[in-house]
Amino acid sequence: MDNHYEPKVVAFCCHYCAYSAADLAGSMRLEYAPNVRIVRIMCTGKVDTLHLLKAFEDGADTVYVAGCEEGSCHFQEGNLHAKMKVIQAKMLLKEVGLEPERLEMYNISASNSVLFARAADEMTELARKLGPNPLKKARGEVK
Amino acid sequence: MIVGERKPFEQIWESVKDLKSLLVLGCGTCVAVCQAGGEKEVGLLASELRMKSQLGGKNIKIGEATIERQCDREFFDKIKEQAVEFDAILSMACGAGVQYCSEILEPMRSIPALDTRFIGVTEVEGNWAERCRACGNCVLADYGGICPMTICAKSLVNGPCGGSKNGKCEAGQDKDCAWVLIYNRLKKQNRLADLNKVMTVKDYSKQTHPGRYINEVYLKPKMEEKSAQ
Repeated sequence: MDNHYEPKVVAFCCHYCAYSAADLAGSMRLEYAPNVRIVRIMCTGKVDTLHLLKAFEDGADTVYVAGCEEGSCHFQEGNLHAKMKVIQAKMLLKEVGLEPERLEMYNISASNSVLFARAADEMTELARKLGPNPLKKARGEVK
Repeated sequence: MIVGERKPFEQIWESVKDLKSLLVLGCGTCVAVCQAGGEKEVGLLASELRMKSQLGGKNIKIGEATIERQCDREFFDKIKEQAVEFDAILSMACGAGVQYCSEILEPMRSIPALDTRFIGVTEVEGNWAERCRACGNCVLADYGGICPMTICAKSLVNGPCGGSKNGKCEAGQDKDCAWVLIYNRLKKQNRLADLNKVMTVKDYSKQTHPGRYINEVYLKPKMEEKSAQ
């Protein structure tokens, strides 16, 4: 088994904002951590607490939800719902014994490709600092 | 609806940590509406338990299922075969559901994941409030649709006590005085004179436990007997 730890980061990105920002980051040739796996969703309001827990259960080292800026959700308040789900999931992660800081919420407008790249780098860096998801260690998938 | 509240995770974990397998069983009616024990909550709790067990170096097999209601026998048919594959059931129903689950799936062990709180309503999302104590002798018609048995901390049915101040209860400033609410409601209904009526003594005998209610219309032998007369 390869013991080198390369973080696995999952990003739930809103189609109208953060995902467009990711697109723009690509067009602008911005460099950001390649560890991020983007899950495109129509609105972050669609993200459920269960999706966030499942991401960790399946071995994500850090997870973030990236929605529109507050007040500019394409579906009025989907990003505010997502904010609540992230708070709830953080509470559940803490109960289980996982670090709640492994999960974050970002608000990234469609034009803010720089912030998108920074978020990807920040969450990857955080995953390196915290080390692998303890579940993967417990399952013997990493040392 | 019957409002339930999920027990603290640590408490649930303590009661299941030594099992080898466990079926988390949700109830799709009251406790699903109050977001404590429906299909979604089953998914969340099962996910938490799986992670906790793996982090502790255990590997408890955790199954998930939700039935329409755990207070009706027929809904258990759907999960009877699945249930025998597990050591125990972690029931996310109210107390009635957990007991029926134990009875129907006997001798399988049923463990409650919720604390049953009360019969209530949704005031706003995430905020449920008690409205009925199931006293078995409803007096709402006389009191403007406000239940003194439930809303009054002392369940007084003959007017307020001396602890009512500025519309609030002495048992807590967050509690309204039921009798102020009743007075205001009857005033709006132009029925204040009704408060002068002498009420008959409330029948508390119906509160004996365990309660039972029989509707003869649905009792086949009884109906056959009646038709023969």
